[in-house]
Amino acid sequence: MYRYIVNRVLLVIPTLVGAAALVFVLMRLIPGDICEVRLSSGGGSVDPRAVALCHAELGLDRPLILQFLDFVWGFFRLDFGTSMWSGKPVAEEIAARLPISLEIAVMATVVAIAIAVPLGTISALKQNSWIDHVVRTTAIAGIATPSFWLGIVAILAVLDISHAVFGTPWMPPIDYVPFWQDPLRNLSMVILPAVTVGYRYAAVTMRMTRSAMLEVLREDYIRTARAKGLLERLIINRHALKNALLPVVTLIGIEFAFLIGGLVVTEQVFNLNGVGRLFVLAVQNQDYTLTQALVMLTVAVFVFANLVVDLLYAWLDPRIRYG
Amino acid sequence: MIRTLLAAAGLGAALCIAPLTNAAAPAAADTPKRGGILTFMIPADAPPSFDGHRETTYATVHAVAPFYSVLIRINPDNPSSTTDFVCDLCTEMPTPTDGGKTYTFKIREGVTFHDGSPLTAADVAASWQEIIHPREGMSSARESYFIMVDKVEASDATTVVFRLKFATNAFLPSLADPFAWIYKKEILDKDPRWFEKNIMGSGPFKFAGYEIGQSIKGVRNPDYYHKGRPYLDGFIGIFAAKQAVRVDAIRADRAAVEFRGLPPSARDELVRELGDQITVQTSDWNCGNLVTPNHKRKPFDDVRVRRALALAIDSWHGAPALAKIATVHTVAGIVFPGSPLAATKEELQTLAGFWPDIGKSREEAKRLLKEAGAEGLKFELMNRNVDQPYKYVATWLIDEWSKVGLQVTQRVLPTGPFFDALRHGTFDVTVDFNCQSVVNPLMDIGKFLPHSVYAENYGNYDDEKEIALYQALLHETDTVKQRSMIREFEKYVLDTQVHMLMTPWWNRIIPARSYVKGWKISPSHYLNQDLANVWLDK
Amino acid sequence: MVDLTPPCASAVDTAAESPRPSREGIIGFCRRQPLGTVGLVLVLVMAVAGLSAEWIAPYNPTSNDFAAMTEPPSWAHLMGTDQFGRDLFSRIVFGARTALIVGFSCAIIGGGAGLVLGVASAYFGGRLDLVLQRVMDVVMAFPLIIMALAVIAIFGSGVYNVIVAITIPLIPRCARVVRSSALAIREVPYIDAARACGFGHTRIILRHMVPNVLAPFLIMLTAFVGQAILAEASLSYLGLGVQEPTAAWGLMLQGGAEEYASTAPWIAIFPGLAIALTVFGFSLFGDALRDALDPKLRDR
Repeated sequence: MYRYIVNRVLLVIPTLVGAAALVFVLMRLIPGDICEVRLSSGGGSVDPRAVALCHAELGLDRPLILQFLDFVWGFFRLDFGTSMWSGKPVAEEIAARLPISLEIAVMATVVAIAIAVPLGTISALKQNSWIDHVVRTTAIAGIATPSFWLGIVAILAVLDISHAVFGTPWMPPIDYVPFWQDPLRNLSMVILPAVTVGYRYAAVTMRMTRSAMLEVLREDYIRTARAKGLLERLIINRHALKNALLPVVTLIGIEFAFLIGGLVVTEQVFNLNGVGRLFVLAVQNQDYTLTQALVMLTVAVFVFANLVVDLLYAWLDPRIRYG
Repeated sequence: MIRTLLAAAGLGAALCIAPLTNAAAPAAADTPKRGGILTFMIPADAPPSFDGHRETTYATVHAVAPFYSVLIRINPDNPSSTTDFVCDLCTEMPTPTDGGKTYTFKIREGVTFHDGSPLTAADVAASWQEIIHPREGMSSARESYFIMVDKVEASDATTVVFRLKFATNAFLPSLADPFAWIYKKEILDKDPRWFEKNIMGSGPFKFAGYEIGQSIKGVRNPDYYHKGRPYLDGFIGIFAAKQAVRVDAIRADRAAVEFRGLPPSARDELVRELGDQITVQTSDWNCGNLVTPNHKRKPFDDVRVRRALALAIDSWHGAPALAKIATVHTVAGIVFPGSPLAATKEELQTLAGFWPDIGKSREEAKRLLKEAGAEGLKFELMNRNVDQPYKYVATWLIDEWSKVGLQVTQRVLPTGPFFDALRHGTFDVTVDFNCQSVVNPLMDIGKFLPHSVYAENYGNYDDEKEIALYQALLHETDTVKQRSMIREFEKYVLDTQVHMLMTPWWNRIIPARSYVKGWKISPSHYLNQDLANVWLDK
Repeated sequence: MVDLTPPCASAVDTAAESPRPSREGIIGFCRRQPLGTVGLVLVLVMAVAGLSAEWIAPYNPTSNDFAAMTEPPSWAHLMGTDQFGRDLFSRIVFGARTALIVGFSCAIIGGGAGLVLGVASAYFGGRLDLVLQRVMDVVMAFPLIIMALAVIAIFGSGVYNVIVAITIPLIPRCARVVRSSALAIREVPYIDAARACGFGHTRIILRHMVPNVLAPFLIMLTAFVGQAILAEASLSYLGLGVQEPTAAWGLMLQGGAEEYASTAPWIAIFPGLAIALTVFGFSLFGDALRDALDPKLRDR
């Protein structure tokens, strides 16, 4: 067990270094650089001297290998430097955007679990009944709809309905206020994107719950329980659901890590000043430091979520532990 | 280098431009009311910095201009004019002395910065020094505009003197640059980069907060030197890059206006939903999309092919239709439409791409293509990842070209890679653009000169004759002669050589909540944004 | 060792057949999987539209008509026209072709590469497996949309570059699933038997391992087609998907939703429906396929 844990933890390192190398190379393969973007964004004249000056300021004239080592060394010290675009510390840029993204991610997760687990369970219990079909259809529709479309339609619906009902069009606020400052304003802003994201998230989770449940229901111990004449409800609650939830929790964990990245499009649609929007901005501006930090943050969350899941599994499943 | 040419010619274009005629600005006859907060949308994610001397984007101007004063500016009550320059910090527009080489500005007394310290000529001179001749290790985005300036100095506490290397009327329009904010000398001396991350000016509004990437706030400066201004108690600028959000926000009155320009569909939606609660101002925009063939790539080195590209396009029928869906409107040549230097319709119709008979024009295009062995040519049109009007114009162009058998696909690049491809000439044909602030045709048409003269020309050609024509028209002082020389230059560029192709000029459409008063449209989204005259009729 | 004896080969090959699911007729499939049938029909409709777009579409999908801009649906234009006066129905039909190209190219290339890597990883194991798995980890952990944005920024937009951008993240996901299925089979006695018979690696992989991972692989392929179509739409929303004048659903949806969702909603509604229904179809079909191929999930 000890050996397994050590091995598994050590495996995190090559992944992180690999991701660092990948983002480093990928960003520098994009033609042009932040100095050109910045100096020509207004369509003005770009003086080669100004570009050279900008390169020197940002350290882009240094050898690539030094830039890379700097970045990796900075990552291990948790120091991401300053954003090349705004000149502000990367940590500050991210900290300014993190609360809203986290809030939406958490709310979406809550929405997803609240909808997905009961519906997924019912769907599995009543496999191939009309309930099952309705639930699955709704779930798949959630996965099949482009999320930005859903978002745009949602805002427009709110506008049109409020216009028709109250005579003046209304939409959620567009500037973020933290929950503890003005809960109502905060919620009215966050609820729509959270539901939009949550619907999709719920759809994925619901399907997972259903198939996990179906598998568990075929296990011998359920049959045994049934044979013993235990109450069906007890079987479901005590035995089946508990065991089926393991892969579901895994999925929720991993999807949560994905969610931050998945907010990219939704945050654009609702003009939320979150990490997803910052991500697109950083890539578009070719802001190396900021993009690198954001990628590493996402990768780290993903890698550690996986690590925790794997260790949990090892702890639960002796075959892995001793295998 | 173009600025050198211009300066050497000692000739300004500004003199011969009449006010625009199509700015449909409603006159604010009623008396301004004081008070209220203006919320407006800024169509960007975040400005790179607050330093106008360094930046070139409207994201910086729209967010930060209300905090600063400038030396001179376009008249805020008449911003569609291109000759009406007035003082902001100076007391009187100077008459140049010393044969047009010395400009002496008297600076207002009693002006204070927001920190309470007095603003003196030394601050003005120091700020201009940074713009014109930035110190070692600093960059100025507009250094090249002021190649004619020898030095700036404050001769006493209320006098700033600009000494030019040579006389030129191009100097004053350049001086009215909307980014040329006056900073405090003491701070500049201590840390010339301080203004990138901080704001401290003497303008109508005091800085009240910036939520990184989300909003910027200002409150009224009670000590503002233009008495009675500003009318507003304050403003909030909200950053939103996606258009749908901005339109929704105006519709739901979460914001009153967006000052860059929205497409016709947004205007139609707002007017349909809100009726007279929305007021629309429209103006020709001193920006346009051009099409630049890469002369280094075959077969675009062949003038017949380039000419065929132009002849295939039916601007006369295309423009009115495009005006319904894209931010373009007026068919014109290389000069801003409405300027007396611009070509008349009759003059235009002699040029390739502007023939009145499109059938004949396309026949000629097909003939030329056949002659050049480029029938059914396939090529790639490079474009920038901007919807309005770049991609709209491209969709139209590709269909027009298909009518003479050309098969064109589009390659869209984000801003950075787009400029990189332009500079390195890695494209067949590209959608190009020319966007200037103060209308100044002689400077603006520099875009058409070869790269050796004008750095932002990406056609990869050299043309001594063209440069000679340009120099001649720059040296000409007689406006009538100058106009006909511009026609000759235009004919040479667009018809004889077809170095580039014109598309309809941009159209600036600003739908605003009708309670927003006192703001008048100008031909550039960089101009007239200090909000001092804006008031709310609520 | 190269000398093979036929009895040995046939014995091993027959053994390989056994874990395959039993076949059922199309009618059986339809009866047992009503939702899957709906999915299959949707997929077929889309495929037929895409394959025979020239015959179905009443108008040229790329030619502008300024006399008929943003017209609502009518008999002349079943789904109305877009801002350039192009017939939306024709563009939807031709868009099906683009979707087919993007969806299937991504699925087949991504799935194919994943299959090869996954099987190789599982079969050879050892250092190759370790290295491959680390590489896959990195790509898996990397945010998808950001990788796609970077790839487009490097190569420029265009159907083929979009396919590359979407395909790369699909590879490791497929490789993962294939690897774990293949690992299970690797330990099965008949693989050892095949080795003992002295079969070459290629033969063992092709004849024994690949057929056995085919079921999860096919299910994944159907999912990939839908995901690729959705990914293209997301890229389009950020302006970097397939470009005008090509008829592509994501592109049409973006243009329509961003500017005309209120004034001319049909411009956004029909491409949105086309995307949703197609992805819906592939998902339903994939689910049904899984249920049909996996005996554990069948009815009690």
